[in-house]
Amino acid sequence: MIFEVFRQEKKGQAFQHAGSVVAPDAAFADAWAREQYGRRGESTALWLVPRNSIHQVTEWADEFDLKYRRVDGYSIKTRLAEARQRASANRPATSGVGSTEPHENQ
Amino acid sequence: MSERAQQILSIADDELIVGWRDSEWTGIAPTLEEDVAFSSIAQNEIGHARALYELAAKELGTDADALAFDREPAEYRSAQLVELHLLDWAHTIARRYLYEEADRLRIEALTTSSDAELAGLAQKIDREEVYHRLHAELWAARLREEPRFCEAVEELWPYALGVVEPELRGELAKRVGLAEVAANERNGRSPEFAELWETMTEVRRSAPGAQW
Amino acid sequence: MDSRTQEFLAFVQAGGQVEAGDWLPDEYRAKLVKFIEMHANSELMGVLPEREWILKAPTLQRKLALTAKVQDEVGHAQLIYRVAEDLGKPRADMLADLVSGKAKFHNVFHYPTYTWGDVGVIAWLVDAAAIISQKALLKCSYAPYARIMKKICWEESFHILHGRDVILAMMTGTDAQRELVQEALNRWWAPLMQFHGNPIARDEDPMYIWRIKSQGNEEARQQFLDGYVPQIWELGLTVPDPQLAKNDDGVWVYGEPDWDELMSVVTGHGPRSQDRLAFRKHFIEQEKWVRDLVLAA
Repeated sequence: MIFEVFRQEKKGQAFQHAGSVVAPDAAFADAWAREQYGRRGESTALWLVPRNSIHQVTEWADEFDLKYRRVDGYSIKTRLAEARQRASANRPATSGVGSTEPHENQ
Repeated sequence: MSERAQQILSIADDELIVGWRDSEWTGIAPTLEEDVAFSSIAQNEIGHARALYELAAKELGTDADALAFDREPAEYRSAQLVELHLLDWAHTIARRYLYEEADRLRIEALTTSSDAELAGLAQKIDREEVYHRLHAELWAARLREEPRFCEAVEELWPYALGVVEPELRGELAKRVGLAEVAANERNGRSPEFAELWETMTEVRRSAPGAQW
Repeated sequence: MDSRTQEFLAFVQAGGQVEAGDWLPDEYRAKLVKFIEMHANSELMGVLPEREWILKAPTLQRKLALTAKVQDEVGHAQLIYRVAEDLGKPRADMLADLVSGKAKFHNVFHYPTYTWGDVGVIAWLVDAAAIISQKALLKCSYAPYARIMKKICWEESFHILHGRDVILAMMTGTDAQRELVQEALNRWWAPLMQFHGNPIARDEDPMYIWRIKSQGNEEARQQFLDGYVPQIWELGLTVPDPQLAKNDDGVWVYGEPDWDELMSVVTGHGPRSQDRLAFRKHFIEQEKWVRDLVLAA
């Protein structure tokens, strides 16, 4: 059986795929993977998963333009520039010390 | 030499020689995955030997390397079990399994020793040996039905008994599940030791006192 | 070349990487498997010259360090064979092809070792030459291979330190010990110069064209010379090549390596090729029963 090995380098970090070992069962996979991926203290934890327990996903449909779900689906720049222009055109000529007007960049 | 030093050297020599024998499998173990794991066991054993030699060295006014490599064959105190040349897997696992059982008994006794230094070291060794035992048990369970393995265990059993003091042999027999028989005692080196010692000390002897 | 293969080639040449399940052109797959297989074989055969010195190590620290180093090489073999296995070639087949002589392994592992001087020179210089090749695989177009190279390169860095330490201990030791190092270097120089392969132009090297390697043979050799000849010279050691020098353009010139020797050695005619293969074959066969028992999960 092939066991995929995922290792966590430091506590708090994500487990990352590191390789695989060929072993008859989880007990042997444990005995072997702990040395191959941890003998220098380079891992705080390992996940050993039989390869055929892993279900891979590699394709998504993307037929319609659902850009709103992505960062590139919005173009903020032009409208922000327009809004700022309007706000400065409407602003009074002076603003005193201690004014409570919001800062432009808010 | 004090009894304490003698006792420490016996265990240290066992660990050195069994580690030396186990390192003979480097690169030629049955699978690559096992090769890597087995090498860690060999290194751990050498590490235990080193720690034990350092303990004895303090008392004897020398250093660990001198104890490990500069004695004459007759001065070593290793048990015959570890000296045997067993470069086939059935015998190797049989030795691993029997040695771990025997070693466990004597380490357990040492962890409660009134000698604080020795007890502390024994506890450290014991914590590492947990993994050696798991490994040996894993293999012994897999090979349990294999005639080659069963025959090897029977063949090595008298040698295994020689690893521990007579008062521990009954318990060892109980744990292994075999009847106690006459032990191959620790006194005197086995015929296989001479060649081992020649190889092990070859480079060292080529330049006595040199730094490496 | 059909258009799909053309697209693939353009993709990898632009830095693209592919995974195990992706479509691969037949030529790419064939060259890749052969290259990876030779690498794995080399790690495994490289164990044999070094393991006898584990048994002869003159201090406990050296014994531990050398055992750890060789353990790494076995570990590398495991990592690399796994990549080839996932490309479709079973491990047992690769080991059978290795011991039958059908598959190759690197030249350096066909040579004998005679003294502790060899132990130092191998760890210091042979591993250095290997690291340079291995770093050139970190961006391999075949991603599974590129990913394992990170671990391999990290572990090799320990070997170089160990090698340096072994050499320096001897170079600051007795005259006899210094002589051991020089003598070993004299024997290893030619194989080291041949190690990176004949100076085929990068753009004619399929390994580079398909971006399996990111550098050509001569580039690797120059990197080796640049990094290590100064280290050799500063210890007062000599290199057995009177033509070796760095010219004004920063390029190392050297006596032409014997490319016939390289070809002869890698096809199994090196001084230790046959007996090392026989040794490996012996143990593979002796322990077949163990694999049958244990891997028949």
